[in-house]
Amino acid sequence: MQEKTDSKQEIGQKKTDVLLQVEGLKTYFYMEQDKVAKAVDDVSFTLKKGETLALVGESGSGKSITSLSLMRLIPSPPGKIIEGSIKLDGTDLLSLSEKDMRKVRGNDIGMIFQEPMTSLNPVYTIGNQIAETLMKHKKLKKKEAYKRAVELLKLVGFARAEQIVHEYPHQLSGGMRQRAMIAMALSCDPKLLIADEPTTALDVTIQTQILDLMVEMKEKFESSILLITHDLGVVAEVADRVLVMYGGQIVEEATAYELYTNPQHPYTVGLLNSIPNLESDVERLESIKGTVPPAHRFPKGCRFAPRCKHVMDKCYEANPDLLEKDSNHKVRCYLYEE
Amino acid sequence: MLGKEKLLEVRNLKKYFPVKGGVLQRTIGHVKAVDDVSFDLYEGETLGIVGESGSGKSTLGRTLLRLLDPTDGQIIFQGNDISKLSNRKMRPIRKDMQMVFQDPFASLNPRMSVGEIIEEPMLVQRTLTRKERKDKVIDLLEKVGLSPEARTKYPHEFSGGQRQRIGIARALTMNPKFIIGDEPVSALDVSVQSQVLNLMEDLQDDFNLTYLFIAHDLGVVKHISDRVGVMYLGKLAEIGPKHKIYDNPLHPYTQALLSSVPVPDVERKREKIKLQGELPSPSNPPKGCVFHTRCPEAHERCRVEIPELIHQGEEQYVACHLYTSESDI
Ligand SMILES: Nc1ncnc2c1ncn2[C@@H]1O[C@H](COP(=O)(O)OP(=O)(O)OP(=O)(O)O)[C@@H](O)[C@H]1O
Ligand SMILES: Nc1ncnc2c1ncn2[C@@H]1O[C@H](COP(=O)(O)OP(=O)(O)OP(=O)(O)O)[C@@H](O)[C@H]1O
Ligand SMILES: [Mg+2]
Ligand SMILES: [Mg+2]
Repeated sequence: MQEKTDSKQEIGQKKTDVLLQVEGLKTYFYMEQDKVAKAVDDVSFTLKKGETLALVGESGSGKSITSLSLMRLIPSPPGKIIEGSIKLDGTDLLSLSEKDMRKVRGNDIGMIFQEPMTSLNPVYTIGNQIAETLMKHKKLKKKEAYKRAVELLKLVGFARAEQIVHEYPHQLSGGMRQRAMIAMALSCDPKLLIADEPTTALDVTIQTQILDLMVEMKEKFESSILLITHDLGVVAEVADRVLVMYGGQIVEEATAYELYTNPQHPYTVGLLNSIPNLESDVERLESIKGTVPPAHRFPKGCRFAPRCKHVMDKCYEANPDLLEKDSNHKVRCYLYEE
Repeated sequence: MLGKEKLLEVRNLKKYFPVKGGVLQRTIGHVKAVDDVSFDLYEGETLGIVGESGSGKSTLGRTLLRLLDPTDGQIIFQGNDISKLSNRKMRPIRKDMQMVFQDPFASLNPRMSVGEIIEEPMLVQRTLTRKERKDKVIDLLEKVGLSPEARTKYPHEFSGGQRQRIGIARALTMNPKFIIGDEPVSALDVSVQSQVLNLMEDLQDDFNLTYLFIAHDLGVVKHISDRVGVMYLGKLAEIGPKHKIYDNPLHPYTQALLSSVPVPDVERKREKIKLQGELPSPSNPPKGCVFHTRCPEAHERCRVEIPELIHQGEEQYVACHLYTSESDI
């Protein structure tokens, strides 16, 4: 296992090329009665070329809104990106026109959602949908586009790809739809693949197939992955680095190895200890008291303070900053401030 | 399980749903949601039921409680065969058997206060006075970790985990012996999920409850169960004590299922057994062993002959042609 750590750290150092740089991103929702949901509240991170970065957190922590902000797909109103910058390969996405942004979405960023039916159109065949994308973004002729669609479907593991191109989404099982969506997301060789809970709706035996496929495809297409999930098991399996989100903010950031072997934030520790997993055998599970606060009513000070075992007076006064502990670990908690 | 009383005996239970088709909407086939399932449940234990989506877990639970009528087979609860009892004869038995559902949002009536929701089953039975009912509601709220003020509030004022506590309090109202939890923690965030699991364990001790715990999360089932049954396409592939199933799974499906679960541990990567293909449709299940189309060990016999559940020592049973019975003597 020592071997694996070394190789991961080595990769981490070699991959200095930054693909995506997000700085101070704030996405708020303006609701009735002057309520403001601070869904994403000052989020900064980088994603390196060839890297798989996981974004984990519980329901409502702001994972999907972060990824939709990157694609500039926030429903507005009520939502708005109010601050920050998003740079993809040096291009500032927030300053692009809607027309240029559409090109970025088709060519540079591919997206996979939890529920494939939301992005597959039920009235068109699978082949039609993939070919359409290829014709639009890669300027392929219809015949070439269909040929490429069959190739892509074979690549994602369809034995009967020639038939699948003529089938409709409802004729496929959940796992098959998810694979078809991966084929579609990859059709334009995106630099960045955003996968929002890509396997949550699937059975574990199918989940294994899909995760393997994503990693294989990432390597083949030399792209990077932003993987959004609440499943810390999935993260341990595929991620190079991890961002832990709580209440619209990143509370811990580390390499996957660091995070699991040396978690720092009381929230991360609590989360890891409250999952009953196959390897552990505990009499009683640890739990975190209380519940996740809604985005329009974050407590003053540290957002995790009311649920924290180690809470101190100052935690209720001001929110701690996300500080670097060492080169591969950042944490937002007063316990670790000098 | 020596010295333990059987609470429930399930024998060759079947639940088929008709599939309608054509212009006349005639029955053109059946979904064999539960197909020839047999097992025992002992007093005070937790039997976990795992399996992929559509394998028949919920249908099994609902049929055991007679929320669905069985197509065939026996359900023997405390010595009585309840599989064919009329609704009227079922009524006194129903209070001993309760269900907690996955979706705490959908299973509580939004127009009733929490007090009314918990009190409702007592009104049907008509044995307690108003004062006694109120005291009982307060007592139950405290047992599940909610404050007595919750009585006058409505479900939408509570979080998912709190709503699940309300559902559990309601299930406990009539002092049941047997509770079926159908994915009772699946919709909850992990930090809240462990609160509810701990609560269910405490209540089991306090009230000597017997649980049938249905879930697709193998970690959760391992934590809470004494014994575990694994379902595949309406059939029980394997059943046995938890440590046997998790440490020494016999059925190739159980082995594949367990090896597929991602574990939050970066230091231990386990070898995965990869299953090919998709889950077949339960309206057109494979002949012979239902698992043979995805089984890495399938051989000729598996394509033609349905394997029986056979004993493999220490209360472990497996339905697979790789094994031969050791106790048919
Ligand atoms: N259209 C909207 N109007 C108001 N608030 C919203 C809207 N969309 C999202 N939010 C709020 O933003 C916060 C973050 O939501 P987001 O969907 O990013 O969560 P998530 O981390 O993806 O959760 P999940 O795991 O449930 O998918 C939530 O508190 C949510 O209530
Ligand atoms: N009322 C019904 N009418 C027809 N078919 C049904 C009905 N209820 C369930 N089924 C079918 O029976 C099979 C078993 O369903 P069931 O809900 O028991 O599975 P499950 O194991 O609980 O799955 P999940 O993990 O998705 O909850 C499925 O194929 C389902 O479509
Ligand atoms: Mg989301
Ligand atoms: Mg179910």
